[in-house]
Amino acid sequence: MNIRTALLGTTAAATALIGLAPAALAQRATDGNVNILYFQAVSVMNPYMSSGTKDVHGASLVIEPLAGFNEKGDLIPRLVSEIPSIENGGISKDLTTITWKLTPGLVWSDGTPVTAADAVFTYEYCTNADMGCSQAARFTGIKTVEAVDPQTIKITFTAPKPNPFNAFVGAASPVLQKAQFAACTGAAAQACTEQNTRPIGTGPFTVTDFKVNDVVQLAANPNYRDPAKPAFATVTLKGGGDARASARAVLETGEFDYAWNTQINPEFQAQMAAGGKGELISAFSNNVERIELNLTDPSPDLPEGERSTIKNPHPILSDVRVRKALSMAIDRKLLVEVGYGAAGRPTCNVIPAPAIYASPNTDCLVQDVEGAKALLDQAGWTDSNGDGIRDKDGKKLSLLFQTSVNAVRQDFQALVKGWWSQIGVEAELKAIEPSVFFGGDPGTPDTYQRFYAEAQLDTLDYDGTDPESYLAQYVCGNIPGPGNGWRGTNINRLCDPRYEELLTQLSKTSDMNERAKIVISMNNMLTKDGYVSIPLVDRARLSAKAKTLGGVVLNAWDSELWNVSDWYRIK
Amino acid sequence: MLTFVIRRLLLAIPTLLLISLVIFLLVDLAPGSPMSEIPRTVPPEVRERMMQAMGANEPVVVRYLLWLRQFFLIEPAYVIDGWLGSNLAGDAQRVLSWQSRTPVFDIIGQRLPQTMMVIGTAYVLGILIALPIGIYSAYRQYSWFDQLGTFVAMVGSSVPTFFTGVLLIIVFSVNLGWFPSIYDTTLQVTDWASFKKQVMQMALPVTVLALHNATEISRYMRSSMLENLGQDYVRTARAKGMGERVVVLKHVLRNSLIPVVTVIALGIPTIFGGAIIAEQVFKVNGLGTALIGAINASDLPTVQTLTFIFAVLIVFFNLVADILYGILDPRIRYD
Amino acid sequence: MTDAAATLVEKPRSHWRDVWLQFKTHGGALGGMFVFLALIAFVTVGPFVWAVDPTYVNPDAAKMIMTRNKPPSFEWPLGTDQLGRDMLARVMAGGQVSIAVGLVAMSIAVFLGTTVGVLAGLFKRLDGPLMRLTDLVLALPLLPLLLVMVFLFRDALARALGPETGTFVLIVSAIGATSWMQAARIVRGEVLALKEREFVLAARSIGTPPHRMILRHILPNVISPVMVAATLGIASAIITESALSFLGLGFPPDFPTWGRLLFEGVEYMQLYPQRVLWPGLAISLTVLSVNYIGDGLRDALDPRIRGR
Repeated sequence: MNIRTALLGTTAAATALIGLAPAALAQRATDGNVNILYFQAVSVMNPYMSSGTKDVHGASLVIEPLAGFNEKGDLIPRLVSEIPSIENGGISKDLTTITWKLTPGLVWSDGTPVTAADAVFTYEYCTNADMGCSQAARFTGIKTVEAVDPQTIKITFTAPKPNPFNAFVGAASPVLQKAQFAACTGAAAQACTEQNTRPIGTGPFTVTDFKVNDVVQLAANPNYRDPAKPAFATVTLKGGGDARASARAVLETGEFDYAWNTQINPEFQAQMAAGGKGELISAFSNNVERIELNLTDPSPDLPEGERSTIKNPHPILSDVRVRKALSMAIDRKLLVEVGYGAAGRPTCNVIPAPAIYASPNTDCLVQDVEGAKALLDQAGWTDSNGDGIRDKDGKKLSLLFQTSVNAVRQDFQALVKGWWSQIGVEAELKAIEPSVFFGGDPGTPDTYQRFYAEAQLDTLDYDGTDPESYLAQYVCGNIPGPGNGWRGTNINRLCDPRYEELLTQLSKTSDMNERAKIVISMNNMLTKDGYVSIPLVDRARLSAKAKTLGGVVLNAWDSELWNVSDWYRIK
Repeated sequence: MLTFVIRRLLLAIPTLLLISLVIFLLVDLAPGSPMSEIPRTVPPEVRERMMQAMGANEPVVVRYLLWLRQFFLIEPAYVIDGWLGSNLAGDAQRVLSWQSRTPVFDIIGQRLPQTMMVIGTAYVLGILIALPIGIYSAYRQYSWFDQLGTFVAMVGSSVPTFFTGVLLIIVFSVNLGWFPSIYDTTLQVTDWASFKKQVMQMALPVTVLALHNATEISRYMRSSMLENLGQDYVRTARAKGMGERVVVLKHVLRNSLIPVVTVIALGIPTIFGGAIIAEQVFKVNGLGTALIGAINASDLPTVQTLTFIFAVLIVFFNLVADILYGILDPRIRYD
Repeated sequence: MTDAAATLVEKPRSHWRDVWLQFKTHGGALGGMFVFLALIAFVTVGPFVWAVDPTYVNPDAAKMIMTRNKPPSFEWPLGTDQLGRDMLARVMAGGQVSIAVGLVAMSIAVFLGTTVGVLAGLFKRLDGPLMRLTDLVLALPLLPLLLVMVFLFRDALARALGPETGTFVLIVSAIGATSWMQAARIVRGEVLALKEREFVLAARSIGTPPHRMILRHILPNVISPVMVAATLGIASAIITESALSFLGLGFPPDFPTWGRLLFEGVEYMQLYPQRVLWPGLAISLTVLSVNYIGDGLRDALDPRIRGR
């Protein structure tokens, strides 16, 4: 390279990427230390051992999948040179195989080459039944994973797979080094503390010190594939506290550069951002705060084993008009204003994104108390004794409304209770410890699966961008009940053959536009036509970054630390 | 006295075994599951597999016996191996946390330094503040000093540490910027600068906890002193012409220490137990947060191990208190 | 002899009248009594005077937004919270439960603790078992213990006593049953020393039966540490109650107890300091007043001080 081309190169870079100029010119490990705060501390650096968000994000600094998602939800290559598609021959025409080609010359942080055998090993490692792999669901429907040659990985599915980007895609499904984990297969995986906390990876950093559930210290990977990155020499990933305290540490005291999930209410968002040391950043994906309605009867008068089972349809909520009225009475804009501010927007869909799957369903955005009252009148619920609560055949329109303990959720409960009382519906509130509520202990009556209440406020998102697995939850066979140890995620107890027909159709369709059409009609069956779920707020990821930290792009589809190799210090 | 101590120590073994069984059953019976922190997108079959791999699906008796074996045989073997380089433990599995798959004793090792440093200092400091305040408040009952002490102590006992901790952070970290609000557990004290940093980061949590501890101990000290100051022997001592200092600090104080010794002996094990709220507020991440995190995640091996060590300390320090009673008041006999 | 004659004609004085006379002279105790009664009146009579629903949220969005986080004013004497609920009404409604929980749970804990302590200290045969039981309960992790208790007894109690009384009984017994150990250890230590004292030996040598020994000789002499345990216990019971309702084990989430108001207020402390001020003040006043009443009572019960 002569001086002329070198000069041309720099000018081109400088003009093209003005904003990123310091990063483009930076060298590896020149910007010192970056402090990252996750209020839930990292327990283990191996996503196959724990699929907790914090563990997946922490591990993403070190180990990487073949491909990931960018902030728009599009696939981006990580260890491969290009994303396989039918056009480039990476995906077979019959949708039964996908072939990944590793980037040539890729090495692990210990200097040894990355080969297809590592991916094959990772597949075998996770699918070993004794290992208890937390990401096993990502490898379902796979017949074989083979190393065609050291650079080529071929995955064969048992049936045509319209969405083959599950295995080795996204931070939760990284490639492990065979040499390091060879002794950790099957039951032995549990005791491999060294490997699980200090994995050898291809990512921008390597672990130098690991304190369980407290702090991880990392240093730049000397063998990272981009010689100019990462700009930071070391990373401190600290855990502990809560959302408010971590927002404070970035925005007010400036002790930390980046804080994850600083979900604080809008008033504090404004006040803390006024501290001037940092800013809040947000990104939307598919995380919807909603009220789930129970289509079965949770009455405590029923014998144990029959409560909240399809044996007894709910005496009140089986009528879709009542469910619709409950939704109409809610002012979603106000909920956003009280609870989320810039980190939320009102929604009527359970699938709000990506755009092609989002139903053009906006009727619910305007509160309609009068309409709700009329609908309840029509359904035969009237206030016959003048106590302000509607009744029918001697039964009061009274609901138990539960959720997990959480400040925003308790505010929402109080607001919704107020609106429902406007339309003559009485609500009794209940809040449950999150570890019990979401714990799924089959012996506990207070879990979200048992759903011993009429309505419950919670949130649910799904991995990646494809909603099929999410929609597949609402089938009869997936209803939690005493027969299956209260496992199952169809907590609304929806059992509709028309819905399941659409689902079967979806699993056979590969054309994107066709799929979108089916997804939208299924979304509508859950929301504006069926009112099984009452979507309230489309929640964004909300994180905080210091003003001196550059290169941060918040990504709600993958690990938040997905582009940490591009982060740099603004001087 | 010696036979008493030996008898109590021998009796402690069945007691502790019983305690360990009760703790085990209690934690097992409590609602919650080790899967509570796993995202809801993980399907039920996968959860089942994970439980199986951890051994969380085994019957409770099997798990209890396994824990006993790991705690009393394998862990000591590991310690001996570490000292002598022998290989007694072999490949046997140590007590592993379900949450992080790390040996629980490694977690304790990582967390003990900051716990001892912060909670221990706060406790010692609390005692050092409390005793003189308690003594002087009683000696000058209803003086302005006593009234002020009472007021501060009562307000102090009414406002919990989650309030005082956040208040101090807002005043001293956010507004004044004097002290850090986050405790750095990776800090190594090697020179003057790092020592200063260590003192700075300990300042707020230690203040909160020391005040909290001092409140309680000073009240017991004061009330006990008051009780004794009115006794006949004090009048006798004064009548004999003893100096006021000797009367108060030697005779009255010694006789007043029994309840205070009890409170302190009950408090020392809690140093090991950590201070959950203060640790969380200041992100100290000591044993208190380890315990509460393990409880929230139904991490049975961790909860069991930490609580059991805690129980050992309680039994031990209560024995120490009993011995001290005998020293403070030779009339107390146990034989 | 005139002195003796005068004493003879004087009306026989009852013990409790003496105590009251002494109590009256204790300024702090009277003040405490006054504040305490005022607090009781505030939380019981108050809601009838200031008849505002403590859980009322204005359903009209625009109005609700306008009335959020208001400072104290004529319309809202103590301001409003983040949903525009009236703080005065909330503090009053919360006080009923908090004071009741504080007093009842504290009484249970002190009663249990004193009983266990006295029995263990006085009777050698009971000492071992009772103290090992104390060690056991001290060692149990509080959170799973409470969760299990609630899980086991909630439905049964709710069915037997109705949901509200059931919750109350459950909470006070849970708090009482998990906070008596310190009092027990302290009382036992005191009793161990007391029982070797001359007056106890004397009482024993004339054949005083055990129950009389306990009531007449032992209890009056352990009153002061018990008083300290009681005053410190009230505040911790009020705070523990809020911790329980935060775990979803106590009262419904929109029910404002003082502990919960304080906990919620901490979040808003920086912007609206009054949010922590009111519940903090209420709890502190309760504890302070009980403390001074306790001080006065102890002085009044002590014949040595009473004589002065």
